[in-house]
Amino acid sequence: MSQPMPSSPPPRKRSPVPALLGIAAILALIAAAFAWVGGWFGRGLTPQAITDTIEAGKPHPGFRRAHTKGVCVAGSFSPSAQAPQLSRARVFTQPSTPILGRLSIAGGDPHGADGQARVRSVALLLKTDDGQEWRTAMNSFPFFVVATPEGFLAQGIASAPDPATGKPDPAKMAAFLKQYPEAGKFLAWAKSAPWSNSWANTQFNGVNSFWFTNAQGQRHAVRWSLRPQAAFEDLSAEQRAQSDADFLSEEFDARLAKGPVKWDLVVTQANDGDPIDDASQPWPDDRKQTVAGTVTFTGTTPQDTGGCRDINYDPTVLPEGMEPSKDPILAARSAVYSVSFNRREHEIGTGQAPEAAGQQGAKP
Amino acid sequence: MNRHGHFDALARTLHWLMAAMILAMLFIGAGMVVSLAWRPTLLDLHRPLGIAILLLVIVRLVNRLRSPPPPLPADLPAIQKFAAHASHWLLYGLMFAMPLIGWSMLSAGGYPIVLFGGVHLPAIAPHSPDLYALLRPAHTVLAYVLFATVLGHLGAALFHAWVRRDGVFSSMARGGGGDRTP
Repeated sequence: MSQPMPSSPPPRKRSPVPALLGIAAILALIAAAFAWVGGWFGRGLTPQAITDTIEAGKPHPGFRRAHTKGVCVAGSFSPSAQAPQLSRARVFTQPSTPILGRLSIAGGDPHGADGQARVRSVALLLKTDDGQEWRTAMNSFPFFVVATPEGFLAQGIASAPDPATGKPDPAKMAAFLKQYPEAGKFLAWAKSAPWSNSWANTQFNGVNSFWFTNAQGQRHAVRWSLRPQAAFEDLSAEQRAQSDADFLSEEFDARLAKGPVKWDLVVTQANDGDPIDDASQPWPDDRKQTVAGTVTFTGTTPQDTGGCRDINYDPTVLPEGMEPSKDPILAARSAVYSVSFNRREHEIGTGQAPEAAGQQGAKP
Repeated sequence: MNRHGHFDALARTLHWLMAAMILAMLFIGAGMVVSLAWRPTLLDLHRPLGIAILLLVIVRLVNRLRSPPPPLPADLPAIQKFAAHASHWLLYGLMFAMPLIGWSMLSAGGYPIVLFGGVHLPAIAPHSPDLYALLRPAHTVLAYVLFATVLGHLGAALFHAWVRRDGVFSSMARGGGGDRTP
């Protein structure tokens, strides 16, 4: 049996003060390191700061902070015969995978007018029979506005309406463009690209790059898009001005009543030297493209009660066979979506978001 | 069985291994929630490390119940004995609670619980914003409690080593191969 530990030997008249100071210093050092890592002393740009800027001081409780207005959509994905050559992900071999998706417009207003939203978006959650998930959030713009989250924040600040005029300050926009010249081609796209009259004939682009690995172990840098099977139909400026605020969801439901709506999933492979980790740089048009499958939407549900409400469409949730690139926008999207999700789920979970949660009597 | 007033080899191995893992987890967790660049990478480390800690603490608790730790020095003041026992059981409780809350929290948030490659765990809680709103802040608050308890534990260990010089620190730092703490 063990015996009680011998008690301390006779003290050698040593002062405990130096030892105590040493212990205090060690503990203080570790605590300071922890606080530094946790950003207590300020560590540059954080996802919280970007989310605050997106909220612009007036978040709508329980709603997504960006691309706030949308509807849940149900559907499925069927891979093409070529898909397994791109990635060994189960989603590319399973004959059909259910989709829990969301169609939306950009902006932070849950009641924003569809005819004023330059950017439209779609988010997909595909869960295969082995439990793996592929989440992606895609937009109607062909490339991201800037290369870095710092640029994204600068754009948000520069394009915020001036309280005096209600419009962005041209001087601030000019200064932003000087610092982030890559944003020029995005603004040109926003000005000149034709508007389509439906979500169904809108092309959605993943914009960020990912790495695919196939069963042979071959790795490729890729980007993906949803190319609509529905024919493009123009929406003129006059039609936009006269359109109902919710025309996109109304039109989509009417279309679904006649049959499913489909997109081709087009995967583009980078050539050597293409900018992989910069979402603001499109790849040349001649890059190899493969139709990896078909996305089919069959029904919608309002987002306040639909299954997409409590989903964070984090684009870094990927199945085995797909990996994120080192694109800083991709990592930043994961970080900012997480903050937005935590805030809105907290508001819903603590009863502060009757409208977003579709509760009776909530004011519209 | 501990002999010579030392923790057995398994207890010491688990202690120092888990000490490193838990400190790493606390720093990874604190860093990943404020990082724009490192969240995906750190999260990929955080989940499997957390599950590994959960598995190891089960082994550790079984070992502790089978092989009781050496007694504290007889002359240790009662308040310090109480603090020692209370903080040890608090540490055990948190070593179980943190991974389980993390796992439940991801389940309640509707996230897949990916460990590595295609290996993932099932949900252990319903997908629910009410639950997520409770568990997500709890994970943060208890992480601070754990960090504070770890600091207190380290401070007490160094106090035994450098001020009291009573063999408590060496009972975990070294085997009992006949050495008597000076």
